[in-house]
Amino acid sequence: MAAILCSGLFKSYPGKPLVEAVRGLDLRIEEGECFGILGPNGAGKTTTLEILEGLQDPTSGTVEILGKSWADHGNDIRQRIGITLQETRLSEKQTVAETLGLFRSFYKRGLSLDAAVAIVGLEAKKACRIGTLSGGQKQRVALACALVGDPDLLFLDEPSTGLDPQSRQQVWEVVRALKVRGKTILLTTHYMDEAEKLCDRLAVVDHGKVIALGSTDELISQFGGGNLVEFDTPRKAPSADVFNRLSGVKTVKLTHHENPGEAASHVVLQMAQPHLALPELLTMLEKAGAGLLSLNVRQATLEDVFLALTGRNLREDGK
Amino acid sequence: MNLDKQLQVDSSPQSPMWQLTIARVRDFYREPAAIFWVYGFPLVLAVALGTAFRDRPIERIPVIVVADSPNPNVDTEKILKSLGMDSRLEVTLADSAKASRDLATGKASLLVIPKGEKPLLRAEKNRPESAMALGIVEAALLRARVGEMHQGKEEVEPDIQVETVAEVGGRYIDFLIPGLLGMNLMGGGLWGLGYVTVDLRVRKLLKRLVATPMSKIHFLLSLVLGRMGFLLLEIILLLGFAWLVFGVRIQGGLLPLAAAIMLGACCFQAVGLLVASRATSYEAVSGLMNLTMLPMYVLSGVFFSSDRFPLLIQPLIKLLPLTALNDSLRGVINEGQGITDISGNLIILAIWTLAAFFMAMKLFRWR
Ligand SMILES: Nc1ncnc2c1ncn2[C@@H]1O[C@H](COP(=O)(O)OP(=O)(O)OP(=O)(O)O)[C@@H](O)[C@H]1O
Ligand SMILES: [Mg+2]
Repeated sequence: MAAILCSGLFKSYPGKPLVEAVRGLDLRIEEGECFGILGPNGAGKTTTLEILEGLQDPTSGTVEILGKSWADHGNDIRQRIGITLQETRLSEKQTVAETLGLFRSFYKRGLSLDAAVAIVGLEAKKACRIGTLSGGQKQRVALACALVGDPDLLFLDEPSTGLDPQSRQQVWEVVRALKVRGKTILLTTHYMDEAEKLCDRLAVVDHGKVIALGSTDELISQFGGGNLVEFDTPRKAPSADVFNRLSGVKTVKLTHHENPGEAASHVVLQMAQPHLALPELLTMLEKAGAGLLSLNVRQATLEDVFLALTGRNLREDGK
Repeated sequence: MNLDKQLQVDSSPQSPMWQLTIARVRDFYREPAAIFWVYGFPLVLAVALGTAFRDRPIERIPVIVVADSPNPNVDTEKILKSLGMDSRLEVTLADSAKASRDLATGKASLLVIPKGEKPLLRAEKNRPESAMALGIVEAALLRARVGEMHQGKEEVEPDIQVETVAEVGGRYIDFLIPGLLGMNLMGGGLWGLGYVTVDLRVRKLLKRLVATPMSKIHFLLSLVLGRMGFLLLEIILLLGFAWLVFGVRIQGGLLPLAAAIMLGACCFQAVGLLVASRATSYEAVSGLMNLTMLPMYVLSGVFFSSDRFPLLIQPLIKLLPLTALNDSLRGVINEGQGITDISGNLIILAIWTLAAFFMAMKLFRWR
């Protein structure tokens, strides 16, 4: 049985013009899987998650959670899932233990409060008011709220967005620990490192549709895999054909700049074996008189996959 | 990390109703500002207004006799003498320019311009003190005239006895306290359910709660229950304070008082829920709350009787929930009325409660 099954999901918000947040989305997530929805801002990640969580009704399409439908078994499902929203402000005046106690009271069975704070590593803050915690600690309290009901299925909407590197690491630790315990996890993110590190499988979503599906490795190899050689030339580089003739080159991306003072061309070559192609490349550039400003060899990432699929960066700041 | 040890399952949770209510109570009492506005402010108001409108002996009414009258054959002295015998008047002599100025600025309530047989009394039409002064001066001059006719006596005593009283129950503070109680019930209901709900919605905590198996009935009941708890304290504090400091007494029974308070509380909580049903921002809910409360503060007789408004809109005012509540409270507290006497107002409150509640449930957004 799939933990999450949805098909033909559409969701539009009223407005002028109509906002089509989700446009025909199918997902099948198996039990025990950690599945990631990766997409840029406004891709429809939160909307999809909230439909799956029973917080919004889809305009059309069907949803099945743990083999049950929201319409008939809403409360059964709620007893077995745990969620964190993209943004929740817990009551600042309540302590961690009081907040968890409140959430715990809604579930028939679940964790003791000590166990819940232990999982997120907040034993020392148990008696502190939420208002006195750091952003990362608050996020972990929210995570603990999702865990007190000892759920089989977890929905985490951007669990580490806005946190400093250490806090992100701590959140990831918690998610990994839950994976080990066999929980099914669906998370959204627009960080490719988060997706790569945590998720068994990924759906890359853009404009409300799944545009690629698979494990990180699968996605990268679908994209062509291998390595990327990136460099700038001070004078105009030769045409793409010339680069294509180099051995093992799969794709060529060429950008020319007009501004004086800048590099004249920026070239990205995708290739399987850079150690074979590089000497050839250097000779060719010298012969063509283009010169070489900087050269960089790196592994292809999800970011490159996304760029190749959409022509855009995953995050607006391009990082 | 030893996960299996950490993830021991505990299957004896506390009652969600209790947890929700106690969370409400904590949120409240850990907010010192809220405590002041709910508990302190009405007492401050009661003290301030109760002292300002303490029952003082009525001040003497200033009257000016105009001295530079163009008519010389009139006995200005005589007028001064007859008016001077009435202790309610404060009579001074002034020239006509100063006299007109004082009348215009309210320093004098009435001008007496001696004009032969018929002295002229000039009063300011829109000022109640002027009307009072007119009556007193007329009577004083009349008494003097009658005394003159009866063998030149200076004055005759009228065959009337006068007695003034200041009874507990009829003072301004007696009027004010039930009004403040009504105002508190209205504000408490709208804040306690309306603002609190929208606050949870804005913080996305409402959505988060709805995603758990929490019962929505429990949630609403906990708000009501928390509110009723605070309310009990508010009432005891306000009525106890009014009794200790001002000697305000509850003339009627506790049962009709409790009935009026309970219905009033329910009514404004339902209205609070209605106000909160759709609002998704603090600005929206504050605006809606003010829109609801301000007209009633003014029209429903909190600080002064609503009877002062034009007859035409009286039926409308009587139908407002705060008017119905204030009238019931004043009926019980000041006049000792029973359930049957205030039943009309209680019915108005009950209708408002039901209408607001069902409308709120129809419109309410849990997200
Ligand atoms: N309540 C709403 N009313 C109208 N439009 C909405 C609403 N919620 C979301 N949208 C729109 O739907 C689209 C998808 O939004 P959604 O929040 O699902 O994106 P997201 O992938 O979660 O983005 P982010 O990474 O910024 O969180 C966006 O264009 C957004 O503006
Ligand atoms: Mg989102």
